[in-house]
Amino acid sequence: MANKVTIYIENQPYQVDAGLTILEAAKSCGYHIPSLCNWRDHECSLASCRVCLVKVEGARGLVPSCAYEVADGMKISIADQKATDARRTSVELLLSNHSFNCQSCKKNGKCELLNVARDVGARPDKYMGEKTETTLDFLTPAIVRDTSKCILCGRCIEACKKAQGIGILGFENRGFSTIVAPTQNRSFSKVPCIQCGQCTLVCPTGALMEHNNIDELDAAFRAGKHVVCFAAPAVRSAIAEEFGCKIGTNGTKRLAAALRRVGFEKVFDMNFSADLTIMEEAHEFIERFSKGGKMPMITSCSPGWINFIELYFPELLPHVSTCKSPQQMFGAILKSYYAEKMGWDKKDIYVVSFIPCTAKKYEVQREQFVDKDGIRDVDLALTTRELGDLVRRAGIIWNRLPEEEFDHDIVGENTGAGVIFGVTGGVMEAAVRTAYNMLTGEEMEPIDLLPVRGFEAVREATLDIKGTKVRIAVTSGMINARKLLEQIKDGTSQYDFIEVMGCPGGCINGGGQPYVFPSMLPNEDPDIWYTYRAKRAAVLYEEDKNKPLRRSHLNPDIKKLYEDYLGEPGSELAEELLHTSYNAKREQYPDVD
Amino acid sequence: MHIRPEARKTVLEIVDRYKDEPSPLMLILSDCQKEFGYIPLEVQEVISEATGVPTAEIYGVVTFYNFFTLEPKGKYVIGVCTGTACYVKGSQNVSDKIGELLKIKPGETTKDGLFSLDNVRCLGACGIAPAVSINGKVYPKVQLSQVDKILDEYRKKEEA
Repeated sequence: MANKVTIYIENQPYQVDAGLTILEAAKSCGYHIPSLCNWRDHECSLASCRVCLVKVEGARGLVPSCAYEVADGMKISIADQKATDARRTSVELLLSNHSFNCQSCKKNGKCELLNVARDVGARPDKYMGEKTETTLDFLTPAIVRDTSKCILCGRCIEACKKAQGIGILGFENRGFSTIVAPTQNRSFSKVPCIQCGQCTLVCPTGALMEHNNIDELDAAFRAGKHVVCFAAPAVRSAIAEEFGCKIGTNGTKRLAAALRRVGFEKVFDMNFSADLTIMEEAHEFIERFSKGGKMPMITSCSPGWINFIELYFPELLPHVSTCKSPQQMFGAILKSYYAEKMGWDKKDIYVVSFIPCTAKKYEVQREQFVDKDGIRDVDLALTTRELGDLVRRAGIIWNRLPEEEFDHDIVGENTGAGVIFGVTGGVMEAAVRTAYNMLTGEEMEPIDLLPVRGFEAVREATLDIKGTKVRIAVTSGMINARKLLEQIKDGTSQYDFIEVMGCPGGCINGGGQPYVFPSMLPNEDPDIWYTYRAKRAAVLYEEDKNKPLRRSHLNPDIKKLYEDYLGEPGSELAEELLHTSYNAKREQYPDVD
Repeated sequence: MHIRPEARKTVLEIVDRYKDEPSPLMLILSDCQKEFGYIPLEVQEVISEATGVPTAEIYGVVTFYNFFTLEPKGKYVIGVCTGTACYVKGSQNVSDKIGELLKIKPGETTKDGLFSLDNVRCLGACGIAPAVSINGKVYPKVQLSQVDKILDEYRKKEEA
């Protein structure tokens, strides 16, 4: 139990935990102090935006409440006239260097800057004058950076450095010329950025956003192709949030209905190819494990993670499974097996994936995923946020959609094992369910692998598969993955099989998921920032629990795919369609000039 | 990364010098600036690798402080005082004139590497405003008409 202190806000006494900042303490007393740079409460070290100023009796001048700890007997005023004016001026000054194309800004309606500006009563044209020179970087397929909208809060810098342990972004130059940018104000494509998009999740404005590709989808519809799509597991855990539903709402059935109404010819569930990934990955693991291959083996589903290991630890690439990600596997199967069954020419198929991820936009363009005829496995990857835009644009009212199923022909069946791919630990759990069967011919009981669930930095377990000990570890976020990679490098790694996901918490917290800005979610709990990942994860675990089939190898469509087409896991055709290679020669800072 | 192995070794030695400092970045950068005359990206990358500080953060520090430069300085560094007294006496025009003649802006270096131009804060010589210093030598009460002659002094030195 933390020590309590008494503080006074507008002369009302409150008991609060000692050690809190004024901002946090005020929140626990039912106040909301507007702020922009603060996003991780106590861990936030910036105090750069100067929006959260309050009056503290006895202090010299106004104090930034995000960086000032409460003390016993402290008298605080938020409504103080000077503080109110100062907060308004701070925001007005930020607005004076901001580009006002709000109507066309994709952040419109989700912009914290506008929200705060309204709260403090800022007048946008109060200060007008010269503006800092703008950089617009849209060279990467994943993320767009527009400095004309940046307010220099530094949240993205913190997210990249502290959450991912990478630190691509920093403050550059001084005074009026200051910008937030990668080294030398380079494009994200010319620095070792893994394109995970975690920076886009924290940007309060439209300065960092996903690279919007809806126009390309429109072109495909116009071209009269067979436009088919599939949606990743994590999308269902969050898409309803785009339409005002509470975090933790399952959107699976409305998602299927919405995609159909947007105009896709076929709407599939990516769980199918997650099941397929498990068949190949479990097979690969058993091969390596029993025949002395490169160990530990590491999963390969997350394209942000693949970027990370290619850029920072290329010498460890032989540890990574050669399996393509579920997204790429689905594309490859749709343009081969499925096309044959349907009597379609693969050139006429346009495959769209809906994913919670910005790095997947990069992944679809990788040269490894273009076949000898110049055809990509997947043509377009759109994030959960873009899907929200697409649905709104089509005039669809989410809450009045009927509940429908994804298409169930040829590549439609899927299992609970596929669903949990969307959360950290899920791939491992699904792989173990199937590997157990491949090794012993029996089913693992109980089916749930509880030690790998949760959000601790590294979760580990030793499995006893009929006397064979298999040591597994699960992690997410690059700051944690780096530690496991260092162990492998030193030769001190204790594991046989490691799951790594690029984003902290896995795909449910992917860089393309709906924003979670607590100040703009009045109907959520005050601690939503700490609980939203668990709430989204619960959606997936619940769906897994309720599926009639929960093991990938029991999926009838997968069985049929192997019987009719691929042969068996690891066959020559499976190698060609479902496995890939990596690039160990990516330069961190390719010379631009 | 295209850094000479000897230069890389030097950087690592400098980093090692400050390994017990709680925040060694400024000290490392300061020594690198003195050692190489500038701190190119290649050097920043080595520092990042050795200290774990992200390159973007190092680049931010280098671009924040005037003392650090990303490009090599010229042989002759011209400092035009833009402190209050010199400014009032027209030092901005002097700076503009030098820039025009050398075809560079303040902070830049001529292509032949001979001159760098900086607008500096008070040189502490307000009595002789506007003051210009070139590699430490101070020129008092500089008139626009003198500028070309002063530059010629150094050009001739090179030719000789």
